[in-house]
Amino acid sequence: METDHAYPVGGGRRSPVERLSNPYGDDKVIAACSLFGAMDTSGRRFSGSLVATAIANMHDRGNGLGGGFAGYGLYPNFKDSYCFHIMFLSKETRHEVEDFLRRHFRVHHGEEIPTRRGARVSNPPIIWRYFVDVAPAQDGLGSATEPIVEADYIVERVMQINTGISDAFVFSSGKDMGVFKGVGFPEDVADYFRIEDYAGYAWTAHGRFPTNTTGWWGGAHPFSVLDWTVVHNGEISSYGINRRYLEMHGYICTMQTDTEVVAYAADLLMRRHQLPVELAAKVMAPPFWEVIDRMPEDQREVALALRQVYGSLLLNGPFTVIICRSGEMIGLTDRIRLRPLTAATSGDVLFLSSEEAAIRLVCPDLDRTWIPMGGEPIIGRLKTSAPVVSPASRNGIPVLTGEEQR
Amino acid sequence: MITGQSTRLRSYLPPRFLARIMDDRCIRCQVCVRQCGWEALYYDERNDCINSTEANCTGCHRCVALCPTHAIWIEERPLQYRPNFNWRPEAIEDAMQQAESGGIILTGMGDDKGQTIYWDKLVLNASQVTNPSIDPLREPMEVRTYLGRRPDTLDIDYGSMKLRSPLGPLRTLEVPIMFSAISYGALALQVQEGLARAATEMGTFWNTGEGGLHRSLYPYRDHTIVQVASGRFGVSREYLDNSGIVEIKIGQGAKPGIGGHLPGNKVTAEVAATRMIPMGTDALSPAPQHDIYSIEDLRMLIYALKEATNYTKPVSVKIAGVHHAAAIASGIARAGADIIAVDGLRGSTGAAPKIIRDNVGIPIELALASIDHRLRQEGIRNQVSLVCAGGIRNAGDVVKAIALGADAVYIATAALIAVGCHVCQGCPSGRCSWGITTTDPHLAKRQNPDLAARRLANLLKGWEHEIKEMLGGMGINSLESLRGNRDHLRGVGLSDTELQILGVRHAGM
Repeated sequence: METDHAYPVGGGRRSPVERLSNPYGDDKVIAACSLFGAMDTSGRRFSGSLVATAIANMHDRGNGLGGGFAGYGLYPNFKDSYCFHIMFLSKETRHEVEDFLRRHFRVHHGEEIPTRRGARVSNPPIIWRYFVDVAPAQDGLGSATEPIVEADYIVERVMQINTGISDAFVFSSGKDMGVFKGVGFPEDVADYFRIEDYAGYAWTAHGRFPTNTTGWWGGAHPFSVLDWTVVHNGEISSYGINRRYLEMHGYICTMQTDTEVVAYAADLLMRRHQLPVELAAKVMAPPFWEVIDRMPEDQREVALALRQVYGSLLLNGPFTVIICRSGEMIGLTDRIRLRPLTAATSGDVLFLSSEEAAIRLVCPDLDRTWIPMGGEPIIGRLKTSAPVVSPASRNGIPVLTGEEQR
Repeated sequence: MITGQSTRLRSYLPPRFLARIMDDRCIRCQVCVRQCGWEALYYDERNDCINSTEANCTGCHRCVALCPTHAIWIEERPLQYRPNFNWRPEAIEDAMQQAESGGIILTGMGDDKGQTIYWDKLVLNASQVTNPSIDPLREPMEVRTYLGRRPDTLDIDYGSMKLRSPLGPLRTLEVPIMFSAISYGALALQVQEGLARAATEMGTFWNTGEGGLHRSLYPYRDHTIVQVASGRFGVSREYLDNSGIVEIKIGQGAKPGIGGHLPGNKVTAEVAATRMIPMGTDALSPAPQHDIYSIEDLRMLIYALKEATNYTKPVSVKIAGVHHAAAIASGIARAGADIIAVDGLRGSTGAAPKIIRDNVGIPIELALASIDHRLRQEGIRNQVSLVCAGGIRNAGDVVKAIALGADAVYIATAALIAVGCHVCQGCPSGRCSWGITTTDPHLAKRQNPDLAARRLANLLKGWEHEIKEMLGGMGINSLESLRGNRDHLRGVGLSDTELQILGVRHAGM
């Protein structure tokens, strides 16, 4: 890990990805945003047009320099394979990456992601998806293909592509999920990727307002590693130490965005360190010391230890994030809630949004809406017994009214 | 002393300062005369005026502070040597002095030379537009810090929500500033009591230094760091039991590579009893710890102390910042220390050879940055807390030290200034007119522990407010989000190499 001290003083030490994502060499790319998330906890899949409609309603929270979507449950036919969404700036790069994938994985299928001509997006790159498996006995993985090791293997390969292969960038790398993102308003990005053709049981969406003019598609949200996706509104003022802490654990922050840090933090805490989401949220937005001091003894020990051990992962400064992984969606704000988050439920569906209006637009009939407390995680989880079902229609918005859910 | 001569050589050293007295203001009360521990002032009965023996004056300003009519002030009186960039007055006068004494020049306080002070070349960030600053008067602002070893992960039993393996001993600092080691003997007991009480009131720690712990200070044990140094002065079971943290002193920034010096004239009966040495003897602790000739020996001492305290107290190891500080610190972490304290080039002392104070060691900022970086490279930063000492002057320095990677800082000179010190460097003489670095009961009683504690606590309160303001300005409401967060620092006028070592970008980038 040659990082930290190796600040990119000149251009020479900066990776191609970094030069693209951060053309001015800022130590952190600053952006503000709109967020939306929806999850049907019964596992029923619904079209991406729902979140596209909702995020479009918050048009003015972005400035057309980034929009994106993450969907879960998208690829039932390949649900046990890792799906890599990868962008390339040239055909040669694509060949290079495909060679790399073949060397490290068993590739079942690869195809260009369908797009719509005439969508109002600027300079779209080549974007493909590949369904791959980790072949046993490949690349030092040995015969022990236990899931944790396999996931680490994926993370390492993603890091290799992002930092080692010029002009290629992995949008997402999880199973039965994918990230679609680019430069444009989110509704235009949705149009470009034909988001309405996909159905998933959980979706997040993002509209971006960066303060510089990066025209790089990889820089849009959601950020993803494995099946983690993060959409984020805010500026993490603890970025410098969050990054250094994650580097200590092998995560290389290539894009100088604080959002990337959230994705890696989620992966470290919840996958590698096996913390349940409730406790991971207490790491990212912990209770204040004086609150911990007043806790009953049985709660205090763990709350105190979490802060003592993971203080470097406290996310400080204003933020709202929606973190998603297979079967789980988490909304979280900073401890003093400096960025907005509204939650709502309608039957089995949980909504999270920067603005309540966006929720009411797509689902006027809500059971409950509320504004969560600062640092209080809002968690949506698939009811484990519920099978992931096919959508009623590929184009309509299939769910979301109270009676139908019950 | 030169062989064959029994009388003292006549001194060619010019007086350094000049006492000026406004005769029309002077009421001849002679407070100045009585207060001057250096015997630089006397009352001239025949002419009914205050007169001075300037050669004795150190510029400590006790007379200036206490003169009821503000009739006296002290001016520097430099001799006009022929200008010479190489042979500056200090070099000339040091040689003169040694020609008279034949000895090492002893001095007090930290390095006063012009090596780069990196704190002054680092500037801090603040929020504008994209990120709201946080107002510490209206929002919670947390500066609490825990010192000690932490595991990388937690082993939680989710059934009972208990830790399966509890964390080792951690100590709470309500402000990230501790009082650094100054031993009883170097320091008046009254001042130590002031430090102990202020540390207790403010929820932080004070450090005994290597001179043992006077029994009267046992009530402050929960806020006391006891030092185990090469002389082992005052180290006993009782000593270790009456502490919150045990610190092994390997080195000191003012005098890396050599032991402590307490001139015999400061070793009174009480000092002798506390140190467990004969009265009036020079207390010269050995240069190395004679049971530590290598890192594995250090490990044995660390674990001997942990055993002796039944693993209830964090063990700190204090080193001077030297060339290989990063590698040494890594070894110390692996040897089992829970805290590493690093003391830099400008670290202070009650008595040290001037030549060592001013020439040996590296600036603390560089030592700190490289140690923090190395511990992270090796993935062991969690295992130790890092304390930065030596030359911290104000809350700005504290914030910068924490942003570079320190968990907390030690202050000593700033604390002494709080109780009156004017940094005159006269400490080794034991004649401190402020009653700080003296064990002469007549001088020491000038320090009232109540008032000393109040001033010291006030200093910490003032800095705490300032730290909170700076944190809030950066859009941070908890100190752990600043710790090691070098993105909030920028360098001004530093070379690429310096920036690289500090891990900081140049301002404007």
